[in-house]
Amino acid sequence: MQMNRRKFIVGSTVAVGGIAATALITKRTATKDTVQVGSIFSLTGGLSITEKTMADATRMAIAEINAKGGVLGKQIELILEDGASDPKTYNEKASKLVLQDKVQSVFACYTSASRKAVLPVFERRGSLLFYPTFYEGYECSKNVIYTGAVPNQQLSNYIPWLVKKQGKKKFFIVGSNYLFPREMAKVSKSLIEQNGAQWIADEYLELGYSQWASMVSKIKNSGCDAVISNVVGDSLIAFYKEFRNQGLTHDKVPICSTVTSEVEVAAMGPEYAAGSFTSFPYFQSIDTPRNRDFVQRYRAFVKDPQAVTHDPLHSSYFQVYLWKAAVEKARDFSADAIRAAIGGLSYDAPGGTVTINAENLHTAHTPRIAQWQADGSGKIVNQFPGPVQPLPYSAYGETEGNLYCTVSGLDTAKLPK
Amino acid sequence: MFDAVFIGLSVGSIMLLVALGLAITYGAMGVINMAHGEMVMLGAYTAVMAKIWLGLGLLASIPLAFIVSAGAGLLIERVIVARLYGRLLDTLLATWGVAILLQQAIRLSFGLAFFGITIQGLGTDLRTVQTPEFLHGVIAVGSYEFNAYRTFVIAFTVIVTVVTWWIMYKTSLGMRVRAIMRNPDMASACGIDVARVNALTFAYGSGLAGIAGVMIAGLESVFPDMGTPKVVEAFLVVVTGGVGSLGGTVLAAGILGQITGIASALTNDILARAIVFGIVILIIIWKPKGLFSYRGR
Repeated sequence: MQMNRRKFIVGSTVAVGGIAATALITKRTATKDTVQVGSIFSLTGGLSITEKTMADATRMAIAEINAKGGVLGKQIELILEDGASDPKTYNEKASKLVLQDKVQSVFACYTSASRKAVLPVFERRGSLLFYPTFYEGYECSKNVIYTGAVPNQQLSNYIPWLVKKQGKKKFFIVGSNYLFPREMAKVSKSLIEQNGAQWIADEYLELGYSQWASMVSKIKNSGCDAVISNVVGDSLIAFYKEFRNQGLTHDKVPICSTVTSEVEVAAMGPEYAAGSFTSFPYFQSIDTPRNRDFVQRYRAFVKDPQAVTHDPLHSSYFQVYLWKAAVEKARDFSADAIRAAIGGLSYDAPGGTVTINAENLHTAHTPRIAQWQADGSGKIVNQFPGPVQPLPYSAYGETEGNLYCTVSGLDTAKLPK
Repeated sequence: MFDAVFIGLSVGSIMLLVALGLAITYGAMGVINMAHGEMVMLGAYTAVMAKIWLGLGLLASIPLAFIVSAGAGLLIERVIVARLYGRLLDTLLATWGVAILLQQAIRLSFGLAFFGITIQGLGTDLRTVQTPEFLHGVIAVGSYEFNAYRTFVIAFTVIVTVVTWWIMYKTSLGMRVRAIMRNPDMASACGIDVARVNALTFAYGSGLAGIAGVMIAGLESVFPDMGTPKVVEAFLVVVTGGVGSLGGTVLAAGILGQITGIASALTNDILARAIVFGIVILIIIWKPKGLFSYRGR
């Protein structure tokens, strides 16, 4: 068929019109008494193990709020999309939620890859993303409310504690080969040096590669007395197994992780993790009536009496309540109003009080250190006296007195060249 | 240095366990079986399920895994591969499809997940298989320490390799397989039931992958996609060793294992992977048919 300019214009007008008409017909519009919010988590694919529980926590928070009368008299309607463990799918679903469903707030993403994939959609359209995972920092978007921890919140208490209370002097840093572990290693190194200890190696293994034999042998022969692990995913389980199979024990050389949560410990079999440490703001074992009640409610909600709660799940839950508090303060559901209202808001989450930092829209958390027990629970062995302010650029010299990321955006002049 | 050699041996033995089956199906039958990694995965899941449902340990689940994977292999050969002999690209695509089907079947509990039924042991979760108590920790011989489970895997690989060699070179079935490798038409003319022998060979190769799956389950976590990286390594071994050569496969697995072990001890694991891939590329440029090969079909 010959395609001339006129035919092309006519054809494409018809096509665009058709798409628009379909969109109009299929678009679900929020009724007077409901407000729509979006959510994207991987319900299928390799990451669904963790992300499904985060979707459940989001649904649970919304169900609880709805049961108590909703927000500003409106019931919340959740549009839950499947990210399918694929950043590209995440991007498509984010576009669908923001452009077609026109939702203002989206609770989504587990991995940094998926967050980076959806970020342009939110920044271009002005909607808000609530991101519940601990991550590597180095981001200052005004379209994201970050409710997970950043490196300084997982490490600034952890490493001094390991050096001073556990007497560790030589650290072996190991991670999966991508952004998060490399940024965590940077912060770890500076903290290790500040505390008068030394790091003797900084090694990486390919993501999803499970051949740990030579790495563990290196750890064994390095003479280190602690291992800082930023290893993620299925590779993590093989690491703990190989560690024990080569005769290393956590009482002499503990693995000190920033990633290993209740989920991984249950999956690998608790005896492999028993004695090792993890630093997170939240653990299932936090012994407060509020948290015990939360764990009970979660188990009832997912109809699984054995279900475990973990840090990203906890953030997925409380960030919905922070959103509610911001909406009620602003008396408005629009993204701009929520962003303006949410800075400085606090919420008594199951794991303790969390506060959104008004400057960088990250969350102040109370860091905790847990030692894994033979029954798979994390016994909390140290807790910071109070919440620690989030510093997403701590690897680049950011301090509480000298913030790089503020209300007016990122001050790039402060970043090292 | 001793550590690096032992690790190389261990890495090589795992590569060989997966590659043996592939050397037979790819080497002997000219079928690129993309679902070979899924046979490994099925074997690993057999160990998981045997523990949950039958209370069997890792060692007891080895014969079971062989039967399950061999059965699945037989089915694939009869239903799909047998109709596609001589059409290399079509078999590749068809078996790739089978691979995806199998992964999803495990993930969705054979489709029952759609009806809200989940089978314990299946699904997307990471699973682990506990190794027997006596294979935990290390065996100390003088000043040397051997990782007990890895030593067991090496020994087991030796046994499986010897058995495979015996079948291929000392039994009449093996002779028929080798005859088909050389020239299927001539073999058929001599009265060999090519279709039957092919089916048995394919099933045996798949069964070996199932055993490899159990061994790997003791080292790593078990999940639906676990087979994919394993089959990539196995293809490297088979291509380096030379298609159709059992000895070449054994030697190639040994060489690639040692390169991995030594390179990762001297540099780091990331670089070691690149070095292995680089060396395989050089070998293929230098000897396109692999280190050991003879003209087959």
